[in-house]
Amino acid sequence: MVARVQVPSGAARGEVIAVRIAIQHPMETGFRYDLRGNRVSKNVINNLVCRYNGTEIFRAEMGSGIAANPSLQFYTVAAESGELQFEWVDDRGVRGEERVQLTVRG
Amino acid sequence: MQWMAGLWALAAGAARAQPDVANDLRPLIAELTGGAAVNPGRVRVETPRLADNGHSVPMKLVVESPMTAADHVLSITLLSPRNPRPLMARFVLGPRAGRAEILTRVRLNGTQAVLAIVQLSDGTFWSGSAEVEVTESACLDAG
Repeated sequence: MVARVQVPSGAARGEVIAVRIAIQHPMETGFRYDLRGNRVSKNVINNLVCRYNGTEIFRAEMGSGIAANPSLQFYTVAAESGELQFEWVDDRGVRGEERVQLTVRG
Repeated sequence: MQWMAGLWALAAGAARAQPDVANDLRPLIAELTGGAAVNPGRVRVETPRLADNGHSVPMKLVVESPMTAADHVLSITLLSPRNPRPLMARFVLGPRAGRAEILTRVRLNGTQAVLAIVQLSDGTFWSGSAEVEVTESACLDAG
């Protein structure tokens, strides 16, 4: 699973920053049929967690109501320099991970 | 005009596959809140008024909250009155968010008023909704 995380290149301490993640994933609804007429089983990223230096700051529990290639934007307070770590898992148990460094000034 | 007849047949097929039944969201809401009252307000659901295509509809959720340790949003749940699975997503946040705002893209099976239920740290629940007109449902190929 390919994913892209976007955070500002730098932030002032205490600033509220936008965090964006987009993951390449079909988010299969389970209501679709393939060319042979077989039902394609449901497979969505059901859980995504974002940790900021180890502390959970955001969690998304998703279903088939989220569009393919899920994209999420949320906010966090730039408390200290460090790492934002994303972890997610889909219905088939396939896990994904992405990390990004955040530099906080002041 | 033969192509039009074909279109109608397609539309009829889709209608058979997805009977137009509104989901009863009340049991889901009761499960979410544990029976507590849900007040209207404090959360805004922003979408385009008209979505050409239900496969991917941009959606912004904004909650009026200071997002402090004493007063913040715990979770936002998105419910759909017309999707085959009414529970679309649940987002868990906390005081570290700084701002209670989430952007994502959703799938919508037809025109409907998407409902957001917010749980605040003081234990109260608030709701907001937005009507989206969807010209092509996300579930047409389900037939």
